[in-house]
Amino acid sequence: MTEPIISVRDLSVSYDGNQVLDGVTLDIEPNEIMVLLGGSGSGKSTILRHIIGLERPDSGTVLVRGVDINRCSPAELGNIRRSVGVAFQDAALFNSLSTEENVGLPMRELTALAEPVIEIMIYMKLAVVGLGAAGKLMPFELSGGMKKRAAVARAMALDPEILVFDEPSAGLDPIVSAELDELILFLKRAFQVTILVVTHEITSAFRIADRIAMLYKGSLIAVDNKDAFQASNDPRIRQFLDRVPDPLTQSAAVQDHMRELAGLTGAVR
Amino acid sequence: MNVFEDIGDVFIQQFAYVGGLSGQFWSGLLALPSMLPITGKRDRWQSAIRQMAAIGVAALPMIGIMALCAGFILALQGAAELRRFGALRYVIDLVAIGFTRELGPLLTAIVVSGRSGSAFSAEIGTMMVTNEIDALRTMALDPIEFVLAPKFLAALIMVPCLTIMCNVFGILAGAGFMYLSTKMTLGVYVRYVFDSIVLRDVFSGLVKSVAFAAIIVQVGCMEGFKVRGGPEAVGRATTSAVVKSTFLVILADLFFTALFYLTGWSTS
Repeated sequence: MTEPIISVRDLSVSYDGNQVLDGVTLDIEPNEIMVLLGGSGSGKSTILRHIIGLERPDSGTVLVRGVDINRCSPAELGNIRRSVGVAFQDAALFNSLSTEENVGLPMRELTALAEPVIEIMIYMKLAVVGLGAAGKLMPFELSGGMKKRAAVARAMALDPEILVFDEPSAGLDPIVSAELDELILFLKRAFQVTILVVTHEITSAFRIADRIAMLYKGSLIAVDNKDAFQASNDPRIRQFLDRVPDPLTQSAAVQDHMRELAGLTGAVR
Repeated sequence: MNVFEDIGDVFIQQFAYVGGLSGQFWSGLLALPSMLPITGKRDRWQSAIRQMAAIGVAALPMIGIMALCAGFILALQGAAELRRFGALRYVIDLVAIGFTRELGPLLTAIVVSGRSGSAFSAEIGTMMVTNEIDALRTMALDPIEFVLAPKFLAALIMVPCLTIMCNVFGILAGAGFMYLSTKMTLGVYVRYVFDSIVLRDVFSGLVKSVAFAAIIVQVGCMEGFKVRGGPEAVGRATTSAVVKSTFLVILADLFFTALFYLTGWSTS
């Protein structure tokens, strides 16, 4: 069995006493597309921020290419970060820079490449995501889908081994969303990268995933290939896949609040 | 929670804030060499030049008008009293010394704090909200070096320059007053100005202006980096940046004025 390229071990995170992640363990193999599914507040964005080293956990470890990113030297962390490209949910393009300057930024800052070489590489990266003609445009001139593709081009700038997508389909119409799914599959095929996608879009997840992991209230409840995942009988997974809403008035918090409002402690059943 | 715990909490928060500010200051200082044209990183100095235009050139008209008004007000107020003793000529000393030592650096700092300090916090706060700062960190780029350092270098250069211009405009307003009240010519006025001030007065003002520049940039950027949440947090950070930096500028002014007084620097 190959060594996992990302290995999360017993990751626990809490904010202000609220447990957001509770002992999450997850391995991501090289050259696979791992989709991390979960509802709102399940902790999937939190685990992503820990995997890309933006936050430190309360306990547990995150190993990227075998290096513990919370205990390594700044130089090692820099090397790890250069090998991980991140496409954020809202693209996070720098508004003061044009699209091509955004894509060229990591190359200009972190490499010693000559300017003509950088310009050629920028065009190639933009062409791969279908934005070859949009390099001169400023981020505010791009549509939602174009922004996300520009973010992918920037994430690909240094030819990373790992690509991370945070909610790639969020806010996009189904056609653009499907185009982005195709782009993710193409990137894996063409560049042999490992891809981690955090999403709550079931259709997109089943289209692109090699394996799917599901977070539920801060705990990882399943890691499986998509066929096994789709056939799961776990009620929490079935509820998510079958889009069954939580009965709102049965939640403990709502019950307590209703009691407070009515001043009838214990009277509401 | 009793009142002592509340007071203790406030002190701890303020110490933590000053500690954070000091850490950020040193990180910014260490990042300054990367801004320089030859030894620095590729094209980074261009970013500092853009900031210099925003902090300095764009602020000049406002500082000019404010300095002219303040200079004239100071001359009028001084003349109202000095005229009674037949010492109207000392209005020149009042304006020249007052501006070079005190009003020039302070007025400039207040204008830069309102214009640029708020802009720094709004820009960085928005970058926090839109994950641009996170994007920098994931690209192995240091936000201090990339975002703060150009502003820091630009302010360290431009605020003293603006202070000199503020001094010039303020002293010129005094010339206008003296011409209107005594028909004193500009040449005579300038000669009196050079008689009343020494280089030490100008230098002490410039030392203050460098300190004020550091405070405005560090506070503005820190308030921006602290933003969490949405647009309303950016608004709060902007207000906080102006209030805190103005407060700290006045505290620093008191410190330097006392220091110069105690060391004999401010005595002619």
